[in-house]
Amino acid sequence: MNVSMHVNGERREYDVEPRTLLVHYLRDVVGLTGTNIGCDTSSCGACTVLVGGESVKSCTMLAVQADGCQITTIEGLADGDQMHPMQEAFREHHGLQCGYCTPGMVMAAVSLLVEHPDPTETEVREGLEGNLCRCTGYHNIVKAVLAAAQTPLASAV
Amino acid sequence: MSILGNRVLRREDPKFLTTGGVYGDDLPGVGALWATFVRSTMAHARIVALDAGGALDRPGVVAVYTAADLDLPPVPAGMPGIPESMFRPVLAQDVVRFVGEPVAVVLTEERYQGEDAAEAVFVDYEPLPTVVDPETALAGGTLLFPDHGTNVATDFREPLDEHFFDDCEVVVRQRVINQRVAPCPLEVRSGMASWGADGRLTQWLSTQAPHSAKDALAGLFALAADQVRVIAPDVGGGFGAKIGPYPEDLVVAWSARAQGRPVRWTETRSESMLGLVHGRGQIQDIAIGGNRDGQVLAYRIDVLQDAGAYPAVGAYLPMLTKLMAPGTYAIPKVSASACAVVTNTTSIGAYRGAGRPEATAAIERAMDLFAAEIGADPAQVRRQNLVSKDFFPYTTATGFTYDIGDYMGALDLALEASDYAGLRAEQARRRAEGGPCQMGIGVSTYVEITNGLPDAGEFAVVEVLPTGTARVYTGSSPHGQGHVTAWSMLASEQLGIPMEDIEVVANDTDLVASGGGTMGSRSLQAGGLAVHEASMTLVDEARQLAAELLEANPDDVVLDKIEGRFHVAGTPAVARSWAEVASAAEERGGLRVEHKSSPSGPTFPFGAHVAVVEVDTETGQARLRRLVAVDDAGTILNPLLAEGQRHGGLAQGVAQALLEEVRYDADGNPVTSNLADYAMISATELPSFELVSMATPTPVNALGAKGIGESGTIGSTPAVQSAVVDAVAHLGVRHIDMPASPQRVWQVLQDSASHKGSE
Repeated sequence: MNVSMHVNGERREYDVEPRTLLVHYLRDVVGLTGTNIGCDTSSCGACTVLVGGESVKSCTMLAVQADGCQITTIEGLADGDQMHPMQEAFREHHGLQCGYCTPGMVMAAVSLLVEHPDPTETEVREGLEGNLCRCTGYHNIVKAVLAAAQTPLASAV
Repeated sequence: MSILGNRVLRREDPKFLTTGGVYGDDLPGVGALWATFVRSTMAHARIVALDAGGALDRPGVVAVYTAADLDLPPVPAGMPGIPESMFRPVLAQDVVRFVGEPVAVVLTEERYQGEDAAEAVFVDYEPLPTVVDPETALAGGTLLFPDHGTNVATDFREPLDEHFFDDCEVVVRQRVINQRVAPCPLEVRSGMASWGADGRLTQWLSTQAPHSAKDALAGLFALAADQVRVIAPDVGGGFGAKIGPYPEDLVVAWSARAQGRPVRWTETRSESMLGLVHGRGQIQDIAIGGNRDGQVLAYRIDVLQDAGAYPAVGAYLPMLTKLMAPGTYAIPKVSASACAVVTNTTSIGAYRGAGRPEATAAIERAMDLFAAEIGADPAQVRRQNLVSKDFFPYTTATGFTYDIGDYMGALDLALEASDYAGLRAEQARRRAEGGPCQMGIGVSTYVEITNGLPDAGEFAVVEVLPTGTARVYTGSSPHGQGHVTAWSMLASEQLGIPMEDIEVVANDTDLVASGGGTMGSRSLQAGGLAVHEASMTLVDEARQLAAELLEANPDDVVLDKIEGRFHVAGTPAVARSWAEVASAAEERGGLRVEHKSSPSGPTFPFGAHVAVVEVDTETGQARLRRLVAVDDAGTILNPLLAEGQRHGGLAQGVAQALLEEVRYDADGNPVTSNLADYAMISATELPSFELVSMATPTPVNALGAKGIGESGTIGSTPAVQSAVVDAVAHLGVRHIDMPASPQRVWQVLQDSASHKGSE
């Protein structure tokens, strides 16, 4: 099936099997491997991307369902050499270690701030419940998201 | 001013944050076949028939291999003393011994074709009696390896003197379960193998230890060491479970040779939950005795370790548990006994702490039980029995010599930071009010061993190039810890070359001559030490050369670390830069120092944790409200990295105490084999942690550094478990096994109430 979408601002059009998941479309077809796969039960959130500005676990969506959509992956978040405020906050507060959950976690956090521009710690923790991390104990991730919320444009994509 | 000890941001991060890392599954792998494993669906069965015919006709299938095709010997256990009859076949041979054991491999052009084709491999299993429970395994009614004659893989049992507790006024006994848990690095296992026309193997592996993987592969294929190259790309966490290599990796390498094409593999999470080693898995019978005034006189622990189907590292964990049995306490008599048995389950391996959390959990439970029995405050009983800081180095009753410690200091800091007295007052008030939600306070003290492997050293090379930039090669194996940042800090400190001009090279056996890898909290004290020492030697050598260039006495030449230039002391105007010195060194083979560190022994980090939980006595739900942690890892190189290690460790400790458990049904079917069923801890189940700094430098190495990777896990697990028990102690509860899930806590409360009712 022909599937066309804007990925990180660029129009991408490919013929894919109807059963292709969005995450496989992004990784294997478009070649953007920043988005990771950490499970097979839609539990871990490593594959979270933005679809139309809203976070989606890209393993829960078929590529055909994203036809015509605007997709943002971790590769498309920075503005050229200028990191997005959420990326900056993760670096500043050591919100990553092995880096595997990071792309999904950052995308989920950006979307969280769209919904809750000034979240409480509890709201951040609940908002990120669907994104698992084994390295950080979430401590610095939560800290980074709370700090990012205080920066202008942290929810902008 | 020294850079050491500063909160330097990670140099690693920009890549991970903007493009993502390049993990095994991200490798281009042009022309590679995909390997998909057919895995046993039974816990214990004889393979009566295995027919790959149906799969070979499927689209894209290139080959299907079984044990009969492989000319590979079983994998040595990698640990001394494990009988050869228990070695693991690379693919199951005749008998399968756990659900998930690889039986065959399917090679396909595309990845999805493998998943379809694997279903078409027909395996006829004749069920055998299954052993899941370690005690049943110990009884030996059903043997996993009949040739061995017993299910006991390693035996460190010691009889208990019947008069052991004779001088004690009080003796408390308890069976404690240290449950099996899953390491769950967020990246599963992944890799690729490619053989060159010259017969040389290159293998990419998601591993913590590339060099030992290289040795294993060379041994298996009877290759010279220089005929194997192992590369660890970015690795998405390991926690002990990726020390490897795994049988699947060996099959991938063998298949690539057989096909004359690269072969790659990435498991699914569901495969990983069965194939990656599990951790813990001990049944502990503990007994503690002492006087009513709080003095502990004798402690005994009997460990029955579940080693899983094929014993390896897991069979040796109880050895560490035994040696660390007395923890932080000066107990006159300690007796420890252990053995490991095989069961029809996934093998047990190293997992964050590996043998030490089990020891700490047991002794801390024992201290609480003892305190409860004599009606004393658990913090007070601990104070009374801690090894005094005046006695270091301290040799324990089990034969370890702790380098340095101030356990009382750590406990005091934790009690003060948590406002222990205030917490007890709040608890008393709420108990008096009698509401359904009760609070519990748990206290733990711990000491653990880091860098405890027989070879305590690590390899490093430091070189300065004619460009004036430096390169550090390390045998440590970064996979999230921040080695690039830490090692460039250490080199920069000595060389006076800015961190950003120092490249750190690791995880490639062609580029780094040898290495021990990253495990057992050894990196800084072994690998960092090597970088530190090599950098100092390099400065000395450069100084000699600079002296020649300056026509001065080497003793008079100094390195200006701010400018990165050598000059005669007192005359900075005439100087030679690193670039000039390195250029001059070109004709003599360059400015390069190879070095292996040799720390004089392991180190023993210690600390104290206080946990506060809320337990809903109507539902059994326990929630962690606070976790205060004092973790003393000696001199801290970079507080940012050290705190990150503590945070991650704490979360994994809490996870074991409250949530996580790998479970099997009676037939050996796993019931927690994906992340929907396994309760991997999330952000909602944790509070922000309250870290308290304490740094007692070790005399064991020049950096004063001890390990920090596993401390958080070791201290937090018993603190949180104790807090849950403490929350319901006034209802007659003395012990709750981990994980303190709502169901378990609720059940204990029901049992306690009905027990009281029948009195």
